[in-house]
Amino acid sequence: MPQPVGVPLLEMRGISKSFPGVRALDGVSLAIGAGEVHALVGENGAGKSTLMKILAGAQPADAGEIAIDGKAVQIAGPRDAERHGIAMIYQEFNLVPQLDVAANVMLGREPVRFGGWLDDRAARTQAAGALAQLGLELPLAAPVGRLAVAHQQMVEIAKALARKVRVLVMDEPTAALTDREIDHLFEAIRALRERGVAIVYISHRLEELPRIADRITVLRDGRVVGGGTVAELPAHEMIRLMVGREIDQYYPPLPPLDPAAPVVLAVRDLRSGSAVHGVSFEAHAGEILGLAGLVGAGRTEIVRAIAAADVPSGGVISIDGKPLRARGPHDAIATGIALVTEDRKGQGLVLDMSIRENVTLPHLELFSRRAGFIDRAAEAKSTRALVQELRIRTPSIEQRARNLSGGNQQKVVLAKWLTERARLFLFDEPTRGIDVGAKAEIYDLMVELAKAGAAVVMVSSELPEVLGMSHRVAVVRDGTIAAILTREEATRERVMALATTARGAA
Amino acid sequence: MGTTIESKTVEQTARSAALRAWLRYGVVAAGLVVALALVAYFTHGAFLDPGNLINVLRQITYNAILAAGQTFVIITAGIDLSVGSLVSLCGVVMAMAANALPFHGVALVVAVLVVGALVGAAAGFVNALPVVRLGLPPFITTLAMMLMARGLAYKLSHGRPIPVNSDAFNAIGIGFTLRRLGHLFALPGIPVAVLWMAAVLILSGVVLARTRFGRYVYAIGGNIEAARLAGIPNRRVITAVYVISGVCAAIASLLLMARFQSGSPQTGFGFELTVIAAVVVGGTSLFGGSGTIAGTFVGALLIGVLNNVMNLANVESYTQDIALGAVILLALILDQLRKRIWS
Repeated sequence: MPQPVGVPLLEMRGISKSFPGVRALDGVSLAIGAGEVHALVGENGAGKSTLMKILAGAQPADAGEIAIDGKAVQIAGPRDAERHGIAMIYQEFNLVPQLDVAANVMLGREPVRFGGWLDDRAARTQAAGALAQLGLELPLAAPVGRLAVAHQQMVEIAKALARKVRVLVMDEPTAALTDREIDHLFEAIRALRERGVAIVYISHRLEELPRIADRITVLRDGRVVGGGTVAELPAHEMIRLMVGREIDQYYPPLPPLDPAAPVVLAVRDLRSGSAVHGVSFEAHAGEILGLAGLVGAGRTEIVRAIAAADVPSGGVISIDGKPLRARGPHDAIATGIALVTEDRKGQGLVLDMSIRENVTLPHLELFSRRAGFIDRAAEAKSTRALVQELRIRTPSIEQRARNLSGGNQQKVVLAKWLTERARLFLFDEPTRGIDVGAKAEIYDLMVELAKAGAAVVMVSSELPEVLGMSHRVAVVRDGTIAAILTREEATRERVMALATTARGAA
Repeated sequence: MGTTIESKTVEQTARSAALRAWLRYGVVAAGLVVALALVAYFTHGAFLDPGNLINVLRQITYNAILAAGQTFVIITAGIDLSVGSLVSLCGVVMAMAANALPFHGVALVVAVLVVGALVGAAAGFVNALPVVRLGLPPFITTLAMMLMARGLAYKLSHGRPIPVNSDAFNAIGIGFTLRRLGHLFALPGIPVAVLWMAAVLILSGVVLARTRFGRYVYAIGGNIEAARLAGIPNRRVITAVYVISGVCAAIASLLLMARFQSGSPQTGFGFELTVIAAVVVGGTSLFGGSGTIAGTFVGALLIGVLNNVMNLANVESYTQDIALGAVILLALILDQLRKRIWS
């Protein structure tokens, strides 16, 4: 394992940063050697993103210094960062979907011939070279928007390589990837490591760190609270440092399933779009049903069809025994179906609205007086109660959703569906990209909803989460249900086998 | 420790917000005083004459009413380019109705307004239909409507203004009301048209800020998919904002027709640009999701004052256009800088 020898490639010393009312970073120091994968972990709001924004020149630090190869450098803007070979790959990619792979890799670095004509051939050669360094071949002429997420990510990495990257920051790179794609990503990261690139790896998936990271730094409340080699920091120790307390039981105990509990949701031969081909299952009152499967197997499409976010092309959905004919989300909501979408910024929140306005949006009629006037006092009262119940950390319910951390944003999305308790909750990746503490609170909430008699259907790509939080697990494969397993039957191996094996072979 | 930090945060946030508000309005107020002093100097006091100030209000009436409707549209991240042409189409149709309908006095005014509003609403509906059903960009559908409505106005009127024979419209065209209030400022009263503007602005402002429909308008502009998944009837709300814009065009058109005692296919030419300028100068984002009617009024007022001052100062009309364009650009640049600094 490469260890920093002598002068580290990148050193950040005593970085501090305050925002009005918040001390985001308090004397944080970090040193990374060439060819080192350095994991940066911490709850949302711990200061990881702020630290990386300072490194990328997106925000100035109040105090502290940054050194490259031991020499102090000024990073006043993104251009400075690029000049020093620092590149970032955010969760939301910075690609132009309409342009092809080669054009994206070479964006801003386009080789030109005399007279300023684009030299497409040279661009393709160089782009192919960058991809080859990652051990990858992609159709150079394909528009990037048509590629799978994993391949888009590789294009991002190749883009950094074409810029002679020396320090690469990756923010939650595995969040949207399947297990196999993660293997490819890790191979690419190892290839970068061989070439002496220093990699800052930010992830909430602690279990993957031993596979890829060399050293780990743990941040909490803007301070470094621990660090060391991967061997020195097992997952439970990391969690303890991150939250400042032991989380002895990650998943709360599920309430026992009443065998006589009525069926809340019955789905018969559901078909939707090109992704769902005849799905049937039931969910009972008080039950949490997990939908496991690979990304792209059709899980999201199943819950979207049930909530009428996409109108199904066939099949019958019944709620409490009554067939549901929803022509849009409005009808589904009126029947008591709540869909907590996977993409909270794109589909869950109006980012420029306040917490109050977001929370009351689906049930605004409950806060309306005559002639459609909104009763703001009632809104505020209800929102305050939910903010307290879900422990949303915010100075005020008038705070814009945009200014909240990921975990708190997710809680606001949940709060939207708690104003009036639904009969059926559909959670799509409810804990993606949020911190350990918020995760635990969301699990508690799911259990409480089930205890109160609702049916809960949860889509999750994190196997331990599905196994830990479901009474039964339905494994989705190629738009159909491969099998429904009880809690006892559902083992990691069995679910993975069902999810990955081709139809008929299992 | 957590609680102390949090309560401190709340306090500081509140304090800095108050500070910001003072800074913001203080700067604006100081700027206004300086601007007024300059204006008074260059116009030898003519601008500050109460008669002139009322005149400014009357001149911006049409723009402000159209801009109120446009504000709804732009908050949903849409645009309505057809309003100028709708003013002419509604004017022609209303003039024809005024001459044809068997009513007199107030009844005639109401009936004509209903006819105009129906035309405006129908045009707004047609504007919205391809937007909500096929996802066409409103820029295109309203551009098409702009051409069609103008053409139809010319066709119906055979290219000539249609004189209104009734005198029922005199009151709203040139009449004054609230004479006592007016006398305080040595005026014959407040122009009736200005009260129409006030009514439209207040009603629009209240609907946007206080009703469920208004909240939906903002939600759709802020994140249309999140709005849909929250069960908001997006199609109906979007259709409604174009209908509102069309009805506002009919109201503005009625006031113009009453003022000139005729409905002309030429009125309203190019209005859409001034209207959009007023909305945007008033702080509404073309990307949707934010904006207020109060801001729109300020935007319309700024443009109106500028025109008025330049007229009083005998600025040549070509120069006026250059100055107006520059001020619009400057206003937007300042607003953008303010947002950068205070965010």
